Amino acid sequence: MSGVGSGYDLSVTTFSPEGRVFQVEYAGKATDNGVPCVGVCCKDGAILAVEKPEETKMMLPQSNRRIFTVSRHCGMAVPGKLPDGRQIVSRAHQEAEQYKRFYGETIPTKVLCDRLANFCHVFSLYWSLRPLGSAALTASFDDQGPHIYLSETNGVSYRYYGIAVGKGRQGIKTELERLKLGEMTTREALKVVCKCLMRQRDESSNKKYEIELAWISEETGREFQRVPEDLAKQTVEDAKKEIEQEDSDSDMEA
Amino acid sequence: MMNKKSQEEVLTGTTIMACTYEGGVVLGADSRTSSGSYVANRAADKITKCCDRVYLCRSGSAAHTQAVAGYANLYLNQHAVELGQKGCSVKTAANIVKEIAYTNKQWMNAGMIVAGWDAKNKGKVFVIPMGGTLMDVPFAVGGSGSIYINAFVDRNWKPEMTKDECKAFVRKAVSLAISRDGSSGGVVRTVTVDEHEEVKEFVPGNEVPVYQDEIRSTGGVPKVEFVPVP
Repeated sequence: MSGVGSGYDLSVTTFSPEGRVFQVEYAGKATDNGVPCVGVCCKDGAILAVEKPEETKMMLPQSNRRIFTVSRHCGMAVPGKLPDGRQIVSRAHQEAEQYKRFYGETIPTKVLCDRLANFCHVFSLYWSLRPLGSAALTASFDDQGPHIYLSETNGVSYRYYGIAVGKGRQGIKTELERLKLGEMTTREALKVVCKCLMRQRDESSNKKYEIELAWISEETGREFQRVPEDLAKQTVEDAKKEIEQEDSDSDMEA
Repeated sequence: MMNKKSQEEVLTGTTIMACTYEGGVVLGADSRTSSGSYVANRAADKITKCCDRVYLCRSGSAAHTQAVAGYANLYLNQHAVELGQKGCSVKTAANIVKEIAYTNKQWMNAGMIVAGWDAKNKGKVFVIPMGGTLMDVPFAVGGSGSIYINAFVDRNWKPEMTKDECKAFVRKAVSLAISRDGSSGGVVRTVTVDEHEEVKEFVPGNEVPVYQDEIRSTGGVPKVEFVPVP
């Protein structure tokens, strides 16, 4: 894509003759080339999953967190640039808290995600700022049921049955479309989502990776929580085994 | 806290109340606005709409409570637009009124009752006395006349009344307060809010029951013809 901007991509306050703002599109690339993140809505809740490569052997596992709790009923995964994403999470904390203080009720997810999208958009209006290189993949459970929202750096915010961002998202999305997520419970969907994520990995690569899982459902009392460690470990291992099984089956058929 | 200046200020020495019944709420108030011993308005409306299906009963300084009602209306309208809904929950309206009352407690003289109906929690009454506490209650009374009817209301409110029972109860309570409190009088206004409608009614002055052999008024509230300005 380099070279296409030619002159119209030097500042976020410049439009190209076709009406594109290249800096915002380039910021989107930070998310597109970042760690794969998946969010799905199930019958009784929602799940977030992030696949992170192990950066260095010397780092403690699970210390490089990408999923954050915004409030009791809401959490967020952060693809792309982690520091930029933490700005969004921090803003989400404030929005949720101030809303509760002023209106006496927990912030509806639609309101929160629209406000976050507006927040991201503001960075594309001023020459002195740069757009954020991350997005907010939000999972929540409010009066309207479970939600998955993606608030992107260009300022749009949409609600999804299931969505993937980052490397390999096209493949993950294709797999998600085949599933009947609305008929699964979050427990059932955990393994399925892991499999979707893991199948997109480059099989030849032997790099270690870690899958971060979080959920919110009727089972968790509508509270956003990390999936308990032993369950998460078990789920990832089961998913790995099943993928190997399916691969060897398909090899045999061939 | 009452200095000479506040005697000149227009006050709603008042009786206000609200109570829940099976399926909604009834708000009630008298209609006397007094400035010292002068009755500035004998047919005031102390029950103000905050947003769809949510009303506010005002007691204390007329100016303060009208300002609070104005702000509540503003914030609730904006809130409804952000939510994409027609109205707001009673809890939200009450919280906003409480925030204003509490933040400005040094300068304010206002006791208010927020009551209404919303889809999630049905009929709700919240009372915000002077100082800015917020309390979720099944019924509440306020204003200078309320002290005379506290025991009556405590004794006679029952849960799951019908709409007509509740209206009669509110009217009786307010008229009892009017008969003892010099700062309350005029007509007995009621607003009944439920899922389907908001009904504003009033009992004219000559029909308000009397309890102490008072001489009944014969004139009642005069009919006022509205003449459009040419």
